[in-house]
Amino acid sequence: MITLKNLHKSYFTASNSLHVLKGISLDIHQGEFVSVMGSSGSGKSTLLNILGILDSYDKGSYHLDGKLIQNMSEKNAAKYRNETLGFIFQSFNLISFKNAMENVALPLYYQGVSRKKRNVTALEYLDKLGLLEWAEHMPNELSGGQKQRVAIARALISKPKVILADEPTGALDTQTSYEVMEILKEINQEGITIIIVTHEHDIAAMTDKIIKLRDGVIGDLIINGDLASFKKSYAKNVATL
Amino acid sequence: MFDIDKWQEILGTIKKNKLRTFLTGFAVAWGIFMLMILLGAGNGLSNGVGSNFEGNALNAMWIWSRETTLPYEGFQPGRRIQLTMDDLEEIAKIDKIDLISARYWIGDRTYSYQNEYGNYNTQSCHPDYQHIEKLIITKGRFLNEIDMEYDRKVMVIGHDIEEALFKDKDPIGEFIRVGTVPFKVIGVYNEMDPREGTRQGLIPIATAQRLFNAGNRIHNMALTTVDVTKKESQRVEEEIRLLLAKRHKFDPEDQRAIGIYNSLENYIETMNIFSAIKMFVWLIGIGTLIAGIVGVSNIMLIVVKERTKEIGIRKALGATPGSIIGLVLLESILITALAGYIGMVLGISLMEGVNFMMEQQAQAQVGTSGDQGEFRMFMNPTVDLRIAVSAMLLLVSAGALAGYIPAKRAASIKPIDALHDE
Ligand SMILES: Nc1ncnc2c1ncn2[C@@H]1O[C@H](COP(=O)(O)OP(=O)(O)O)[C@@H](O)[C@H]1O
Ligand SMILES: [Mg+2]
Repeated sequence: MITLKNLHKSYFTASNSLHVLKGISLDIHQGEFVSVMGSSGSGKSTLLNILGILDSYDKGSYHLDGKLIQNMSEKNAAKYRNETLGFIFQSFNLISFKNAMENVALPLYYQGVSRKKRNVTALEYLDKLGLLEWAEHMPNELSGGQKQRVAIARALISKPKVILADEPTGALDTQTSYEVMEILKEINQEGITIIIVTHEHDIAAMTDKIIKLRDGVIGDLIINGDLASFKKSYAKNVATL
Repeated sequence: MFDIDKWQEILGTIKKNKLRTFLTGFAVAWGIFMLMILLGAGNGLSNGVGSNFEGNALNAMWIWSRETTLPYEGFQPGRRIQLTMDDLEEIAKIDKIDLISARYWIGDRTYSYQNEYGNYNTQSCHPDYQHIEKLIITKGRFLNEIDMEYDRKVMVIGHDIEEALFKDKDPIGEFIRVGTVPFKVIGVYNEMDPREGTRQGLIPIATAQRLFNAGNRIHNMALTTVDVTKKESQRVEEEIRLLLAKRHKFDPEDQRAIGIYNSLENYIETMNIFSAIKMFVWLIGIGTLIAGIVGVSNIMLIVVKERTKEIGIRKALGATPGSIIGLVLLESILITALAGYIGMVLGISLMEGVNFMMEQQAQAQVGTSGDQGEFRMFMNPTVDLRIAVSAMLLLVSAGALAGYIPAKRAASIKPIDALHDE
């Protein structure tokens, strides 16, 4: 589903340049549930933005669903973002003057789906996430967990192949975080590839594969058996909290 | 552009940002409101002053005698010039002159018919006079050449006289006594412009000269030219002055010896002033409008900045640059057009209201007093629909113009910058 080969990315500011990603090679298969970890400023968001075609890269290659993503026109990028990718953000990023249903329906608007049909579909997804009663509410009338569920519904409505989530639980309390992770797990079980950025070990422990970024390269890749012990140790940590 | 969904999306945005929309629209509404008022006032001024020329042929001239003010060939200044029928015949020969009529007033006399009577002025003239003064014959006919030939004692009476002396009776063929002399009524005239009044009896000049000892003296002359330019009409005016100077032996430079009023010259000059005023009004109006557009553009820029995050979200969800441009552009056009329309309707309504009040007042005046001939400054201060429609089109383009730069800026917003978590 996602193949990165020796991917480089630098940021250039007026005075200096910052080499953030220094050769990332990575394979993520369809249906995987992956988390990206690393210290603050290690380039997690940068990587996710490149995967989401929200940002460009300098060197290497990025194949999404078998297609090389490079020097893409804004129009094509918009199409990929709309049809193949779904985004979930730490700060939810709901449009403040649209109610929950309208927010969820927005990706379908950009697919040219009629208003009636997209509102019906939006209600279905809100129902799935247990928010049907909140469909007419504005974002500022919702709790953090509810907002994130609306955002998840919005990411799901266009039936994407990959969902990218940058610290989706970063602004939520533990209880709510776990609820959100439960939802993401269910979505993943339906076959959607999910990549989340997090710095919380217990959150990462709920995924199948952990990519640890260090100094711009992949420092650790924890899978399968290793993951089991990782899970155990962090589950214990949580239990003693 | 005519995608209903897009409009709904925009209407949704506007509805949920009412204050912002109002502030954006206000500048434009105000600009158009002022433009309509200025245009209406300009039209009112031009219609008002223009209407003062309505009662007479536009290319008419009036010539009357005065006193000399310069010594000439041994004559002292202060000599009274007396125009005669011979002068008229000579002037009639000048190139480009079309209609010509002498005028000689008999003065106030008592007009009587059966038991009704009143004091009226009698003016004698040529048959051409009807068209120079643009008289409307409401009954019977005007004076003709045969009346002149036979010095007939016939009279065309003004509408006021008809009302006063004949009430509802048909006056044609009846006899009116002017002093002691009976005149047969052959017609009734009315003026195009009611302010000119219809309290005169008109008789053939030939009859007047025989009956009232006028000899071949006349008081003044009225004439029209064939279609001429302002320059040509000034030349005719000059030729007349030279001819009369020669015949009456006064200095051709003596502008005060005879009076000539050239309505064409005055009309053209007045109209030139009004085209200048109109241009000025448009200039101010367009200036106000441009200020409005710049205002909208600025506000839209702020709006785009405020909406950076929202636009970033939209882009992350699959909005193309084109759809973002459309969003901002159409919002700008919609606000501009709507606000402009409101401003236009208010402006036009105000001017129509003023017009209505002025008409009421004018009617009341006509009803109560015979106050006539006053100079009219202001009349029908309205804006015609064609201008309103072009203003509307102008507005839509203005909206597009105002939205263009902000839209471009919005389209170039990068989602990662917009979505940066603070
Ligand atoms: N648009 C940008 N311009 C310049 N520097 C940036 C930009 N985005 C991120 N950076 C820098 O790149 C580094 C990696 O950022 P980021 O990927 O957001 O880190 P993380 O998400 O792992 O905390 C940081 O040092 C950050 O300051
Ligand atoms: Mg980050």
